[in-house]
Amino acid sequence: MIATIIQRAIVQGIPLLFGSTGEIMTEKSGNLNLGIPGIMYVGGISGVIGAFLYENSLAAPEDANGFLAILIPLLCSILGSLIMGLIYCFLTVTLRANQNVTGLAMTTFGVGFGNFFGGSLIKLVDSDVPSITLTTTSNFFRATLPFAETTGWFGKIFLSYGFLAYAAIIIALGCSFFLNRTRGGLHLRAVGENPATADAAGISVVKTKYLATCIGSVIAGFGGLYYVMDYANGVWSNDGFGDRGWLAIALVIFAIWKPKTSIFGSILFGGLYIIYLFIPGLALRTQELFKALPYVVTIIVLIIVSIRSKKENQGPQSLGLSYFREER
Amino acid sequence: MAEALALELKGITKTFGGVVANKDVDLKVYKGEILSILGENGSGKTTLMNMVSGIYYPDSGEILVDGKSAVISSPKDAFAYKIGMIHQHFKLVDVFTATQNIVLGIKDGKFNIKAVEKKVQDITDKYGFNIDLNKKIYEMSVSEKQTVEIIKVLYRGADILILDEPTAVLTPQETRKLFDILRKMKKDGKSIIIITHKLHEVLEISDRVTILRKGEYVDTVDTKDATEQSLTEMMMGEKVDLNITREEPKNLVERLVVDNLTVIKHDGTVALDSIEFNAYGGEILGVAGISGCGQKELLESIAGLQTTTKKSSILYKPDDLGPQQLVGKTPKEIRKLGVALSFVPEDRLGMGLVGNMDIIDNMMLRSYKSGKGSFLNRKQPKSLANRIIKNLEVVTPSASTPVRQLSGGNVQKVLVGREISSEPKVLMVAYPVRGLDINSSYTIYNLLSEQKKKGTAIIFVGEDLDVLIELCDRIMVINSGKITGIVDGKTATKEEIGLLMTKSVERDDNNE
Repeated sequence: MIATIIQRAIVQGIPLLFGSTGEIMTEKSGNLNLGIPGIMYVGGISGVIGAFLYENSLAAPEDANGFLAILIPLLCSILGSLIMGLIYCFLTVTLRANQNVTGLAMTTFGVGFGNFFGGSLIKLVDSDVPSITLTTTSNFFRATLPFAETTGWFGKIFLSYGFLAYAAIIIALGCSFFLNRTRGGLHLRAVGENPATADAAGISVVKTKYLATCIGSVIAGFGGLYYVMDYANGVWSNDGFGDRGWLAIALVIFAIWKPKTSIFGSILFGGLYIIYLFIPGLALRTQELFKALPYVVTIIVLIIVSIRSKKENQGPQSLGLSYFREER
Repeated sequence: MAEALALELKGITKTFGGVVANKDVDLKVYKGEILSILGENGSGKTTLMNMVSGIYYPDSGEILVDGKSAVISSPKDAFAYKIGMIHQHFKLVDVFTATQNIVLGIKDGKFNIKAVEKKVQDITDKYGFNIDLNKKIYEMSVSEKQTVEIIKVLYRGADILILDEPTAVLTPQETRKLFDILRKMKKDGKSIIIITHKLHEVLEISDRVTILRKGEYVDTVDTKDATEQSLTEMMMGEKVDLNITREEPKNLVERLVVDNLTVIKHDGTVALDSIEFNAYGGEILGVAGISGCGQKELLESIAGLQTTTKKSSILYKPDDLGPQQLVGKTPKEIRKLGVALSFVPEDRLGMGLVGNMDIIDNMMLRSYKSGKGSFLNRKQPKSLANRIIKNLEVVTPSASTPVRQLSGGNVQKVLVGREISSEPKVLMVAYPVRGLDINSSYTIYNLLSEQKKKGTAIIFVGEDLDVLIELCDRIMVINSGKITGIVDGKTATKEEIGLLMTKSVERDDNNE
C-alpha cells in the first residue's frame, strides 16, 4: 500500500519536476515565464505528433525500432518547446514586453496549439473516443529494467519507471550543481539578481537570458512528453494535462528556487495531488478540494519564507523585470 | 608629475534622445596621477565616464588608451583596456559573497574559488584593505561594499580606476581611509579619476581638476593653483555666494518633546533606542549619522508612519491647543496638526511623489481631501505648481509633465517645495539637497533658513557634514539607534561629529 502510494506520487511528480526545474533555470535568469503550462503542453503534443508520424510510417507495430521510437518524439518535443522558449525570449528580452502578459499569452497559445493538433490527429484516425493512442512508442518510453518486477517493494519504489523519470532527477541534480558550483551558474544567477551588475562585469545579459529560458523551456517540455508517453500510456486527449503546469510553477516557489528541493517537492506535490484516491468514500466535490492541497502548501511556504525573510530564500531580485542598459 | 598619457578623450559627444549629455569633451589622464572631474549634477560627468567604461557608446569622438585609439563598446572591452569603474550605485549582487562578486564575469582559467581568494588576499594586503571576503553583500556597510567594488576592479588588473562620487556615502573617517588607499595606488603607477562635486575633496586628493559645465568641457587646472572659489566659478560659470546665512535663533518655542522613543523593526532588531530630545520653533536641528543608523525611523515615528513601542512619547505643543501626544495618531491627524515630513528617500520617487503623475497632480496628493464633493479642483494645485516651478527654478516643459521625466534635482525641488508650501509648524527634511546642484542646494538652504525665521521647528537630516555645521543651530548625532551626542552647530567640527557617528558601537568593535 505505502509502496503504491509512493510510486504513484513519484509518477505524478515527474512532470512537475521537469516543469519546475525548467522554470527555476528560467527564473534564475530573471525571466518569470508564466508560459510554462503552455510550453509543457506544446512539449507533449509535439512528442505526440512525432510519435504519430513514426507509427504511421511503420508497416506493422512489430517493426518499430526502439531507438527511433524514442528519438523522434524526443526531438519533436525539444523542437516544439524550444520554439516556444524562443518566442517568449524574443518578446520579453529583445522587445522587452511585459513578462507576465507574454507568459500568460504563451500559455493560452500553447494550450490552443496543443488542442488544435490533438483534435486534428483524433480526426485523422477517425477515433470513436476523443483521444489518440500511441501504444507502440509509449511502450518504449515506459520500458523498465527487466528485474524491476522481481524485487518487491524496492523495485516498485525505485525501479518501476521509464527512463524519463530518472532523467528528470538527474537533470534536477545537474541544474543544482550547475547553479551552485560552476562559473556559468554564478553568471546566470547574477543576471537574474542584478542584470546591470552582470552587464558591468562583462556578462552578456541577453545571451544568458535566451540560453537559460530556452534550456528551461526544453526541460519543462519534457514534462509534457513524459506525461503523455509514459504516465498516460501514450494516450493523448485534449486538456488531459490539467493544471500540472501551474503546479510546476507553484513548486518553484515551494522549492525556494532550489532544484534539489524541488525533487522532494515534486514527490510531495504528486502525493498530495492523488491522495484523494486513497481516502475512501470521497464525493467528487471533495476530491477537488484535495487536489488543491499542493497550492495550499505553496501558500504556507510562501508565508513562512516571507516571515523568515532570509535573502537567500527569496526569488531572484530582478525577477520579472526586463533589462535595458541605457535606461536612465 | 608623471609624463605618460594613460587615457585621452577627444571631442566626445553623446546625446540621449534630444538631450545633449556631453558635447565635444576633451580629457587627458596621465599615469600615476589623480584627476578630479568636477561639475554640478547633470553636467555630464558620469555620462562621460560611462563611455570610458563601456556602459554607453559615444555618438562621436575618439578615446585613446596608452596613445592608441580604442573602441570600448561594452564593459568587457573596458576591462581589456584595463579600465575599471566604481559606480555610485554599487554594481554588486546582494546575495553573493564578496569573492563571488569579485570573480563575476571573469572567464579565463579554471573556476577555482580557493585560488581566487588567494589572489584577492594579495591585493588586499598590498593596498591595506580590511574586509571579510566571505561576507554576503547585503550584510555589509556601504564602505565595505565600496571596498569590494574597488577590489573587483583591481582584481581585473585595472590600471585606470574611475570612482563616481566615492565619498558621497562615507563618514569623514572612512573617506580618509579611502584617500590613503587611493594615494597608495597612485604611487603604484595607477591613474585614478574621481567624479565629484565636493570642492574640498578635490583640493585635498587630486593633482589636476577637469571642470565640466552643462555637458561641455570648461578647463583643466592644476589643483595647487586652484581655490574653492575659482573652481566654483568655473563650475557655475558665474560668481556664487557660498555662504549660508545662519541667524541667531530667536523666540525659541518648544514644539516637540521626544521621550523614550524606541522602535523595533520587523526582524526584531532595535532601530531606535530610548531617543530623547527637544525641538524648538525658530531653530534648525540637524541630525547626523551614517545611513541606516535610525534617522529614517526617527522621522517616520514623528510623522506617524512607524510603529513605536508603548513607552515612547512624542509630545507636540502647538500654539492653540494643549500638548498633543503624537504616538498613536495617524499620519493624517499629525499632518493636520502642522507637522510636515519632507522625506527624500534614496529612491526619490519611492516616497512622496508619483512618477507617472504630473506636477499638479503631485501637489494634489497633499490637498485632495480639502476639496468639496467628489470632483477634483485643479485650480489651486495648479497655481501652487506654477509658483514652485517659478520660485525654485524647476526645469520642466510645463506643469503637466510627468514627474518621472524631470531630472533628479528638479524632482526634489518639487517635493521640498510642496512640503514647505503647507507652512508647517514642524518641518522634517531628509536629504533635501541630495543630487541637487550647488545653486539649487543653496536655494533650499535659504528656504529652510527663511522657514526658521518664521518660527518653524526644522529637523534636518543631512549627509554633508560641512553643510550641517554651517546650517544647523544644533546637531544631534545618532549611531545604531542611540543618540551619541548633541553638539552646537557653531562650534562643532567635522571630526568631532564623525567620531560621534561611529562612537560606542561595542558590537561592531568586537567583530574586528
